[in-house]
Amino acid sequence: MSASIYASRYKISHLIFGETPGGQGMLAGTVENYPGYVSISGPELMKNFVNQVKHYGVEIKQEKVGGLAKIENGFEVKTDKEKYQAKTLILAMGASFRHLNIPGEDKFLGRGVSYCTTCDIPLFRDKVVAIIGGGDSAVTGAIHASAFAKKVYIIHRRNEYRAEPVWVEKLKQSKNIEEILSTQITQISGGEKVESISLDKPYQGSQILKVDGVFIEVGQVPSSVLVGQLGVELDERSYIKVNPGMVTNIAGVFAAGDLAAIQGGILFRQFITAASDGARAAASVYQYLHKGQAPTPSWGK
Amino acid sequence: MPVLVDFWAPWCGPCQTAGPVIEELAKEYEGKIKVGKLNVDENPKISEKYGILSIPTVIIFKNGEEVKRQVGFVGKEGYINLISNI
Repeated sequence: MSASIYASRYKISHLIFGETPGGQGMLAGTVENYPGYVSISGPELMKNFVNQVKHYGVEIKQEKVGGLAKIENGFEVKTDKEKYQAKTLILAMGASFRHLNIPGEDKFLGRGVSYCTTCDIPLFRDKVVAIIGGGDSAVTGAIHASAFAKKVYIIHRRNEYRAEPVWVEKLKQSKNIEEILSTQITQISGGEKVESISLDKPYQGSQILKVDGVFIEVGQVPSSVLVGQLGVELDERSYIKVNPGMVTNIAGVFAAGDLAAIQGGILFRQFITAASDGARAAASVYQYLHKGQAPTPSWGK
Repeated sequence: MPVLVDFWAPWCGPCQTAGPVIEELAKEYEGKIKVGKLNVDENPKISEKYGILSIPTVIIFKNGEEVKRQVGFVGKEGYINLISNI
């Protein structure tokens, strides 16, 4: 979205492809670290992004992209409806939920297992739930859950959280949240719905914990499947390798947001870093279109 | 005529994405399938009856019986597949 806003300002004609305008931002809970907003919900912030994009008259094609290919003087985007041609591509498909890959996880999806605490926790009023993870999504999810559920367990495999200390402090102040650290969940069990989870070590004398819901917030995997067809170089975790100008190894292809990894930088997955990536990608596209050549990636090509 | 019900809530981001897609389908499949939506926040008893624990959930009923259930937003193509397979 930010790439589009900048591209519009640069007068670069472009289209946005995506089935879910706003992407994973639509699943975020409360956002309190995006400048300009003391506190705003993820969907609300994303709606503002989309409105700003539309303000410039940009068309968002809600079509499923099935293929990306190099053609003469540019690239082709093949969707379930049509084929489109462009001189450059900015890849910003983001990421999808990381799964735990444990027994019961798939079976109980929608029957007590959820990957979106914000969406589903109000359906667990006065119930007992477990939030799995230790990053911002898990900790904010647990805080949000504590307003609805009777009891919230937060289960994290490490002994300290990766979440912002401000959120951890809030978590510790919540009376109905119990922390189970250095522990992993090994199974989800039940009948029609989730009834319990198994832990790899006992908590209060038992490895079985009775819960009505399991909210899995253990991070993301980059959505980089489609880019293989372009020959774009990925790192060992399947993120697209980019330089600080969001330039990939393929001339005319740029990447931004949760699926891009700036070589030599830290992997930081925030609204503001994604927005910044998009702005820089658009600036690099402008430079590329005007000079007719891509800046050389910084990791030694 | 089969009935498609979209279980949603105003606080849910993906439901806001699914809403307009379901409305498009309602128009495209007019006369073939009846489409409705149910706010789970305003109708907790009905949601509980159908075991809705994750939204958006789309259920297709035929002669009053549930024949298909889709949890999570799956895009227009995904919903079309769901309808075509009933």
